[in-house]
Amino acid sequence: MAAGQPLIVLDAVNKWFGPLHVLQDVSLSVDRGEVVVVIGPSGSGKSTLCRAINRLEPINSGTITFDGNPLPAEGRALARLRSDVGMVFQSFNLFAHKTILQNVTLGPIKVRKERPSVARDRAMALLDRVGIASQADKYPAQLSGGQQQRAAIARALAMQPKAMLFDEPTSALDPEMVGEVLDVMTSLAREGMTMVVVTHEMGFARHAANRVVFMADGQLVEQAPPDEFFGSPKSERAKDFLSKILTH
Amino acid sequence: MRVLVDHFDVFAGGLWLTFQLCLLSAIGALLLGTVAAVMRISPIPPMRWVGAAYVTVFRNCPLTIVFFFAAFGLPALGSNGDFLRIPGLTTIFSRLGVDIPYFRFAIIALSVYTGAFVCEAIRSGINAVPAGQAEAARAIGLTFTQNLRFVVLPQAWKAAIVPLGSVIIAMIKNSALAGFFGLVGELSNSGVNLTSALGEPIIPVFIGVSIGFLIMTVPLGLLIDHVERRRAVAR
Repeated sequence: MAAGQPLIVLDAVNKWFGPLHVLQDVSLSVDRGEVVVVIGPSGSGKSTLCRAINRLEPINSGTITFDGNPLPAEGRALARLRSDVGMVFQSFNLFAHKTILQNVTLGPIKVRKERPSVARDRAMALLDRVGIASQADKYPAQLSGGQQQRAAIARALAMQPKAMLFDEPTSALDPEMVGEVLDVMTSLAREGMTMVVVTHEMGFARHAANRVVFMADGQLVEQAPPDEFFGSPKSERAKDFLSKILTH
Repeated sequence: MRVLVDHFDVFAGGLWLTFQLCLLSAIGALLLGTVAAVMRISPIPPMRWVGAAYVTVFRNCPLTIVFFFAAFGLPALGSNGDFLRIPGLTTIFSRLGVDIPYFRFAIIALSVYTGAFVCEAIRSGINAVPAGQAEAARAIGLTFTQNLRFVVLPQAWKAAIVPLGSVIIAMIKNSALAGFFGLVGELSNSGVNLTSALGEPIIPVFIGVSIGFLIMTVPLGLLIDHVERRRAVAR
């Protein structure tokens, strides 16, 4: 695959929830190593956009290609593609009946068919990296929200994904735990991971994003580098949105 | 009440056969019910239809009718339930291998009937597992079957254990019907024999039969209470 080709391409994507047109002709491409932060008011379709990339939300029309291949229909090929796209959810979604370590090794062992000892070693290294190696044998419910979300990031990274999707990863966290999760995400971004991040953390968007994408009412309204977007937004919708969130 | 002492061997033998019938039927019902539950949530519509049809038929038919079809319908179709003569199992459960098929028919009737209820108990357990669990499993690339096996079903089982216990207790009591459909020597049939063939007094005999059933159902009920309490603490 040519290095210059974008990793994720959405072309004229449309999606309806019943009568609600949640994605309207959305086109977006994400380069390898690029960090794209998607912001916008709630209900603007940004989560749906993020979830459409690994087909957790099927779309009604348009095309999505990942690494040069169109998203396959439900089945083994789709499972294989998903294993290459890490996903981090707002509500963590750690497997409640498995320990933190088992959460991280499940995918490598069952999907990648790695030897348990190999998977375990890498899982411990990842848990160490996100700062919760000492919690490896606990169950998710025994951890704080911030620790759970860091474990969820380790679980996604254990698959050695080509890209990571973050669907409002800090929205369910207590304020004092937001920083520890954003730190992990920032270090990932620095290392060159391709990331699509749906978030309300404007600080993260400013310092870690290569590009900010602003969505409203199912449309991709504006995209620009963070300095440009936050400094001089072009659309009225973006100006309005920013004036509401940046004044306090 | 002397009959309980005089014919202790009859009661003990009846209890043992009923226990075997219930153990094998419970295994059969749990297997059938799990398969049916998986079919009912399958992404393939025809699988869902088959699962739903199975539950609709067997949850809504009286057990007596199911036993009737097992005992008279299967032979008419030329089946003696021989597929249940599983090598190894027939050495532990000798009735499974004998030529008279009524033990096997009783297992089939009880399993198929109870399986429909097991299916719904497991499905309610599956619904109790938050949708995010299955989503996270799909997101790391697990297939539908792997998702069920490693993520959804282990959690669904825990949520379903109390309703499943009630289903199995009901099945144990339902097994009393087997004696009226050709199965000689299980608990209720032993009671009938003692009264009709040997002229023993009815009430003491059936007190004995009741005690036999209680010996199986009460400990099972206590076990489920215990599991439920442990689950409540763990939450």
